[in-house]
Amino acid sequence: MAEGREDTAKKRNQQETPVLEVQNITKHFPGVLALDDVSLQFMPGEVHAVVGENGAGKSTLMKIMSGAYIPDAGKIFLDGEHVTFAHPVEAQQKGISIIYQEFNLLPERSVAHNIFLGREPSRLGMIDIRRMNEQASSVLKELGMEKLISPSAVVSSLSVAEQQLVEIAKAISLNAKVLIMDEPTAALTYTEVQLLDDLIKRLKNRGMAIVFISHRLLEVFQIAEKITVLKDGRLVKTVMKKDVAPADVVFLMVGRTLDHYFPPLGKPEEFGEVVLRVRDAGNHFLKGISLELRKGEVLGVAGLQGSGRTELAQALFGVTPFRTGTMDLHSKAIAIGKPNKAIKNKMGFVTEDRKSEGIAPRQPIRDNILLTVRAIESIFGPIQKDGIKRAPKLVPMLGEQVDIRTDSFDREAQYLSGGNQQKVVLAKWLASEADVFIFDEPTRGIDVESKASIHDMIRDLTRKGIAVLMISSELPEVVGMSDRILVMWDGRIAGELPAKSSEQDIMLMATGHKGSKGEKSAAA
Amino acid sequence: MSATTVSYSRFLRTARSIRIPPVYIFLVVIFVIGGVLDQLFADGQIFTNPNILLNIIVRSVALGIVAVGQTLVIVGASIDLSVAYLISVTAVMSSYIMQGEPANVPKAIFIVFAIGAVVGLVNGLVITKLHVNSFIATLGMSLILSGLINATFSNYTGSVPKSFQYFGYAKLFSMIPVAIIVLIVVVIAGWLLLTRTKFGSHLYGVGGNAEVARLSGLRTDRILIGAHVLCSLTAVLTGLFLVSRLQSGAPWVGPDGIYDLESIATTVVGGTALAGGKGGVWGTLAGVLIFGVLDTVFNQLGVNPYLKMILRGAIVVLAVASYTYRSKKEAA
Repeated sequence: MAEGREDTAKKRNQQETPVLEVQNITKHFPGVLALDDVSLQFMPGEVHAVVGENGAGKSTLMKIMSGAYIPDAGKIFLDGEHVTFAHPVEAQQKGISIIYQEFNLLPERSVAHNIFLGREPSRLGMIDIRRMNEQASSVLKELGMEKLISPSAVVSSLSVAEQQLVEIAKAISLNAKVLIMDEPTAALTYTEVQLLDDLIKRLKNRGMAIVFISHRLLEVFQIAEKITVLKDGRLVKTVMKKDVAPADVVFLMVGRTLDHYFPPLGKPEEFGEVVLRVRDAGNHFLKGISLELRKGEVLGVAGLQGSGRTELAQALFGVTPFRTGTMDLHSKAIAIGKPNKAIKNKMGFVTEDRKSEGIAPRQPIRDNILLTVRAIESIFGPIQKDGIKRAPKLVPMLGEQVDIRTDSFDREAQYLSGGNQQKVVLAKWLASEADVFIFDEPTRGIDVESKASIHDMIRDLTRKGIAVLMISSELPEVVGMSDRILVMWDGRIAGELPAKSSEQDIMLMATGHKGSKGEKSAAA
Repeated sequence: MSATTVSYSRFLRTARSIRIPPVYIFLVVIFVIGGVLDQLFADGQIFTNPNILLNIIVRSVALGIVAVGQTLVIVGASIDLSVAYLISVTAVMSSYIMQGEPANVPKAIFIVFAIGAVVGLVNGLVITKLHVNSFIATLGMSLILSGLINATFSNYTGSVPKSFQYFGYAKLFSMIPVAIIVLIVVVIAGWLLLTRTKFGSHLYGVGGNAEVARLSGLRTDRILIGAHVLCSLTAVLTGLFLVSRLQSGAPWVGPDGIYDLESIATTVVGGTALAGGKGGVWGTLAGVLIFGVLDTVFNQLGVNPYLKMILRGAIVVLAVASYTYRSKKEAA
């Protein structure tokens, strides 16, 4: 009798102890404090969403909980016991599984091979394939997915959603107590999100704790019960979903002071005629894109990861061109099928990934600057040291104009700081005399001082009558720089906002809560 | 009629479950075209003389054995350029040690396999522990072996006893050459290793995505080192086969047969991705047989040896282009 009572007491106690708890977690990276004294509890049978802007520290926290990073300070408790993980496999064996945004599956192997990689049922080193397939199908059956996915199917033949289910199946087969999902809905369609929602409910009822990282509030509010907001590496607040509205959470996510100086916005008299006009254009990713870009203005494009920001820039510049719709450049209809044509028509593209798409790191600064002019000059023209035939002193002139800090233009571009590299990229496009500039994340990974000088430079361009389309995931930058703001969501333009709109309004539109086009497509 | 459709659909299902690599279609096409050309322009023996068929396979044995080993390392997203000179080392060392004495055969075989294991181990260790790109690591090993063998031996050295030539020339039931049986055994062993063992499954993991493999708790270094050791052992077996046919080993037998580049070419023609994680030994066998058929057809037709090289090269490039073209279409 007494024992029985103790057992029930223990059980009740278990339900009240968090399955996973982190205490005072701090993590530094060079130059950044990624997590600052974060403490959180995750209960069994609860869906707990962790939200925040890019760089808020969500991913770092998840990586610490799953053993991929080791925290500088702080403790992790699993079922009330202090644990440390030296390697993700240790966390996995103790019952913490993580599903990353980029899948960790072997595309050319079967579903069963993937689920049991490293743990194949075997005898004397020989895999018992039949048993492995049976175990895989029983796991899939537990998830109610046995009709959808065959254990012997090759992973690359499955849809993104199905691949995600395979990852979940793998976690289940590892007897996970805690399942961490990093942006699980980012690549899913509306119906697939419903499917995931059902599945998460099923896992929850088994007593699994589910941690759900996202900045898509629409789905967070659909799936989660508890929401924790992180900002700049600090825990802002943990709230119950039933107590709050999406707008409250958005305020917690972005509510901050602007600590950065931006140049004054353009004046209406500086805006000239429309130089770029896109009507109802689309491709495999983008749908119904219409926009106008005027001389002398900065048109900001905001949107979350995967909303189609970068795809829009790439379509405009001909990297992955539009397949439908029309595009006018300088009042002439034009189809830009590859970047060379865009450059010839005086477009410039300052790419998001500077290292792989912006500069040639092992080439001297000089050759980097001359790359675009050489691309459109005759290939048989003589190579001149500091420029081209019509402008023999191009390199020193542009170098001075954008203020590249270097002792010699012969230095390889890889040795410059991020800010100076970005100036080299700018000089490259000025050399081609572009008058429509597309900036994709112009200041990502750049120190504050260079940030300000790049913002000044962008504004200087517009004063000279250049039209700028600026894509940015940093809301302060969008608000601080843009004369008009387009917000993207789900491959479309969700709506347009005027200059100086609040970050909250942008965020609501970017998460699919506001904006005429956005809401319609969510219902469809 | 319904019975035939049922059996036909069952046949289709079985065929699909075996997953015959598409390269076999290519093999059959080349064989038929070659045979027709032979009928039209030469004595037409390809279709009429079964010995020619056997001969194609026997010619393929040396390349086939080492190509199975090469397939293993390529599945692991590595490569082995040292196999040609390891074949030379094996051929020369074994005939040098045997000196025509049957009593020396076991000792010779043991020593060359030990040399092979050490070469594979060093290759694997340099690649995994020193993080040297596999291309460079095994190229370096190839140069080292070439220097060693050429400095020590300059011509045919020693000889193998009559009994050892059994490997190269004997026929079972005076019909099937022993060499073909050896090739088939090696291919089946490679196939079972890749598809039925944990080692094989993990090798696909390492080649497909080393990070995924690591996060799944696999000891990726050991797996890749194992693949390199096995690859070197297949090169040793090829070396032994060659020396049993040539009766004596010379330092040029490996590089003359271009076993390094051809084992890679046949593996890739057979559908194994150079990037790793995909493919298998049955495809490689088809690649080897394609090379064998081409050789025979060119011989029958009396094609100029340099033109032969050009056609072989073109066929390798076309075959691989057809893979990437198809996978691109699938992706789109």
